[in-house]
Amino acid sequence: MSVLLQTRGLTYRYPRREPVLDKVDFALHKGDRLALTGANGAGKTTLFHLLVGLKKAKAGEIIAFGQTRRQEADFVEVRARAGFLFQDPDDQLFCPTVLEDVAFGPLNLGKSQSEAIAIAQQTLAELGMAGFDDRITYQLSGGEKRMITLACVLAMSPDVLLLDEPTNALDSQARQRLIETLQGLPQAMIIISHDDDFLAQLANRRLHLESGKLTDPDATPAPEALHG
Amino acid sequence: MPQALEHSGTSWKGQQLKHKPSLIDRLDPRLRILAAAGFASVVVLSHSFIPLISGLLLALSMAVLAKLALKRTLRRVIAMDMFMIFLIIMLPFTTPVPAGEQPMLQLAGLSASWAGLLHALQITLKGNAVILIMLSLVGTMTATTLGHAMASLRVPAKLVHLLLFTVRYMDVIGQEYKRMRRAMQARAFVMGTNRHTWRAIGYLVGMLLIHSLERSERILAAMKCRGFNGRFYLLDNWQLQRLDYQCGLGWLLILTLLTGANWL
Repeated sequence: MSVLLQTRGLTYRYPRREPVLDKVDFALHKGDRLALTGANGAGKTTLFHLLVGLKKAKAGEIIAFGQTRRQEADFVEVRARAGFLFQDPDDQLFCPTVLEDVAFGPLNLGKSQSEAIAIAQQTLAELGMAGFDDRITYQLSGGEKRMITLACVLAMSPDVLLLDEPTNALDSQARQRLIETLQGLPQAMIIISHDDDFLAQLANRRLHLESGKLTDPDATPAPEALHG
Repeated sequence: MPQALEHSGTSWKGQQLKHKPSLIDRLDPRLRILAAAGFASVVVLSHSFIPLISGLLLALSMAVLAKLALKRTLRRVIAMDMFMIFLIIMLPFTTPVPAGEQPMLQLAGLSASWAGLLHALQITLKGNAVILIMLSLVGTMTATTLGHAMASLRVPAKLVHLLLFTVRYMDVIGQEYKRMRRAMQARAFVMGTNRHTWRAIGYLVGMLLIHSLERSERILAAMKCRGFNGRFYLLDNWQLQRLDYQCGLGWLLILTLLTGANWL
């Protein structure tokens, strides 16, 4: 099973607006590091929300990990296996201490308290964030917050990572650290970013979202390029 | 703009603890909450001056023991005593003079009673004693620790989550407010007493509410993504130590004596 996430004819529209996603077909394979680009408001984040069932598609189907997902209950498993890194780390870090935040996912997956703490500490250590256990989440720097949110997501050992503008508001050092960390991860990823250099270092495939359609800018050269 | 209005209770700096480490900090947070609650009930239910005055003295010595920052403590106690002053002025006039007794004083046809004054003094003593104990026992722990201790004392989970989420997001919302205020100032907005100011402040508050609502939706989405199913886990393993037992027993003895002092 090499196709991890797939959509067929996926359509979504916000009230009183043109559809942001218009019959989108796409598939994410094992080993893909897919860069998803597009203008602000093009619907990139909406696509992520649809994939993990935070929004309900108006039409089309979502096949995640070999099963068609329709109901809220179907998506509970998807959310555990597709780690979603939000744009604003403050939305994701809601527990008082770092350790509690990282252990939150494993605990929800039914791990015991000691197992969850062990997983959390190991994940933090792997990301070079050991010793942050007892830090208060709102007193972290932007770069630290980003690494901790990544730890939160990785602690659930997902098969896919959905990264929504991960380099937003990071300084060059924190950004470099994030790139090196992500390069070392085995998971398939979809990365939303406006940072071309970041995408060049990480992605092995590109898709562009414009007026509701997903296109591959690298696939067939545009006709004018052939003639010119 | 006046300083008092510009001050926001949401800045994280204002919530930091400012006292030096003391014996109190070594005690179990749950024990401290229970001790403060026990003291408060004994003092509030007392009706004679001996336990009230000794309670206040006890609270003062606890404040010294907890090494409270003097300036900050004074500011907080005085804030409450402002209300008490009005009480002392009002209560004698609103309490009827018992039949056959002389009024304390007559003013513009109104008579003040001694009973009312004594009652007001009692309330003042109670208020000051309780607030000092709260500041020295509960106020010396961080809000996060307080939330955890409450959860571990089986306070309803919803209340605990409300407290913890408030603590977590107060600063984030405060930052949003400051950002918008700065954006207003950057466009030469000066606060005044006119329609323009009222409308602008209305927009500001409205936007803050909308931002907070949207953020709460994003937080819920983030929680769902990590498999949230209505349970919020807190990881603590507090164990009562020898010192906790000793202090707890001592405190119980003191509270019993205070209660007994009502019948002296």
